[in-house]
Amino acid sequence: MNIHEYQAKALFEKFGIAVPKGTTATTPEAFITALADLPEGPTMVKSQIHAGGRGKGTFTDGFKGGVKFCKTKHDAREMAAKMLGNTLVTAQTGPAGRKVQTIYFTVASEIKKEYYLAILLDRNSAKPVIVASTEGGMDIEKVAHDTPEKLFKIIVDPAYGLADFQVRELIFKLGLTGAEAKNAAKLIRNLYTCYWETDAAMLEVNPLITTPTGEVLALDAKVSFDDNALFRHPEIVALRDLNEEDSKEIEASKHSLSYIALDGNIACLVNGAGLAMSTMDIIQHFGGTPANFLDVGGGATKAQVIAAFKIILGDPNVKGILVNIFGGIMDCNVIAQGIVEAVKEVGLTLPLVVRLEGNNVLAGKATLDASGLALVSGSTMADAAQKIVKLVA
Amino acid sequence: MAILITPSTKILVQGITGDFGGRHAKLSLDYGTQVVAGVTPGKGGLVFTHGAHQVPIFNSVADAVKATGATVSAIFVPPPFAADAILEGVDAGLDLVVAITEGIPVKDMIRVKRAMQGKATRLLGPNCPGIVTPGTGKDSSGGCRIGIAPGYIHKPGHVGVVSRSGTLTYEAVFQLTSKNIGQTTCVGIGGDPVNGTSHLDIIKLFNADPETHGIILIGEIGGNAEVEAARWIKANCKKPVAGFIAGATAPAGRRMGHAGAIVGGAEDTAAAKIAVFKECGIEVAETPSDMADALLRAAKAMGVTLT
Repeated sequence: MNIHEYQAKALFEKFGIAVPKGTTATTPEAFITALADLPEGPTMVKSQIHAGGRGKGTFTDGFKGGVKFCKTKHDAREMAAKMLGNTLVTAQTGPAGRKVQTIYFTVASEIKKEYYLAILLDRNSAKPVIVASTEGGMDIEKVAHDTPEKLFKIIVDPAYGLADFQVRELIFKLGLTGAEAKNAAKLIRNLYTCYWETDAAMLEVNPLITTPTGEVLALDAKVSFDDNALFRHPEIVALRDLNEEDSKEIEASKHSLSYIALDGNIACLVNGAGLAMSTMDIIQHFGGTPANFLDVGGGATKAQVIAAFKIILGDPNVKGILVNIFGGIMDCNVIAQGIVEAVKEVGLTLPLVVRLEGNNVLAGKATLDASGLALVSGSTMADAAQKIVKLVA
Repeated sequence: MAILITPSTKILVQGITGDFGGRHAKLSLDYGTQVVAGVTPGKGGLVFTHGAHQVPIFNSVADAVKATGATVSAIFVPPPFAADAILEGVDAGLDLVVAITEGIPVKDMIRVKRAMQGKATRLLGPNCPGIVTPGTGKDSSGGCRIGIAPGYIHKPGHVGVVSRSGTLTYEAVFQLTSKNIGQTTCVGIGGDPVNGTSHLDIIKLFNADPETHGIILIGEIGGNAEVEAARWIKANCKKPVAGFIAGATAPAGRRMGHAGAIVGGAEDTAAAKIAVFKECGIEVAETPSDMADALLRAAKAMGVTLT
């Protein structure tokens, strides 16, 4: 689960991580009262959407930049009026963009130098890793590729937590001394505590900055959490912004279905994550484009199959459907009955190819045949994929 | 021979009184697996009954091990309690713990993995379909089935299958059996980013098992476990290996069902992994329908008989 920058900064403050003073507004009327909390002077205006690349984004009305520096609070108010309610397209949003529903104003800090700091899981060691760099404000993948010597990693032993000597090592590598070193050490320790205590998947501060007076501040904050751990963090679940999520994905999660919308026109309904992924792949392999990832899980019920059909048909781009079920334990006949009921209930008119294999498959196929539905049967995944690609072409 | 488990392996089921655990314990009993004990704290002394089978239930893994001599556990307990269940199995000195549970917090698994360092117990999973060593009875019954895989699709023989995904494993096994090619052992290592046993661990076991003549390696986007296994195969494995990677069409940064199936960087895309497979002499299945055929091609090229 992702949260907004302003929410991440509030979380940081709770853990004693220094951030520039900030305030939010969700209506133009609220701009003045929100800005009253900040001192007069240079102010940042930041569009709050979950996607990255906001600064370099463009609004659908042609206005450029979702993050702006303003010399005065008055300018900040005018700038915010152009962003609020407008739709921002960035490298990460896709062409549709995201509507800006919250504006975050912060004091524009004076920057001495920018750094990069992140904490996430290192899959190879199965331990948390702190990643830091002297090249802040940049695309960190590019830094890792072009100048790997400027990227520092510290693996934390979960049995003991972050050790003081490791913090010192990072501080030395970043070249910090005096008040900066002291403040950075405190920030790194608190950031690690925040990562561990909140079950975060990733904390990213890009840039982390030093100021001419020796302060060390998290100028930006990107935080995501482990979905599997949300059950023990109601305070984090409360930060969820449904406006930022695909409505079909929200609907799917209500039925315990795993659904991800994609750009293609062949919808798929599959059991199992690996099989669902490879069903998308095989559609593309034979020249089609998948409209979604949809895993109905290992023990799908009739009700779930019906819900799944409704969700995939809610996508106007869909021109055909491929159902691929390997009924290991799951009874193919139950799935077949679900398909028949769902198709009747939603009045399906699009081409439908069904590939059933596994437990009680003959009864399942008989159910489909007896239904009188205009569906096409596929014998293998390859056969089914070729058939649906041909039908929508 | 087989790896990790044989038809005579005695297993216990943690969470046998839950719907999910109970249903699959029954299917394992039907398959002929030696399910000798169940563990549910607070229900010790009760009996899990299925037809003529009477499986005693214990309050703790240690009690169950002491009374029955079980050496392997299958875990079906809900995610908030699963990490503790794994540690209990480790503490009881089991040879193998198979964690079927899906949805365990990553932090819990980081701690479990650290706590298991230096211990003799091997962990398979979590979020995995389990492991099957097919038997010699009808539809491979009489074998050892731990987890949730359909037993009847298997056939005893000489191919080892290792995968992160359940249904893709079944797909591969089904293709093999349909072509009259049997399996030594089929292993699901699970779809989470932090798991107990890696692709490479299993590949090493298959390589050392004289009964295993060929291997199917099924992977996904995310992480570098498949790449690590492929490089080892290139240097050490003399057996034919076929590989498949799911997720070529997955967009970067989106979690595709499995928590571990997420493209983070240029190294963990399907294209990058497939390129490494080819470079390491692994016969790549172009589509999931091609997995058994890919292994047949690899075996033919090396003059190895799989049946």
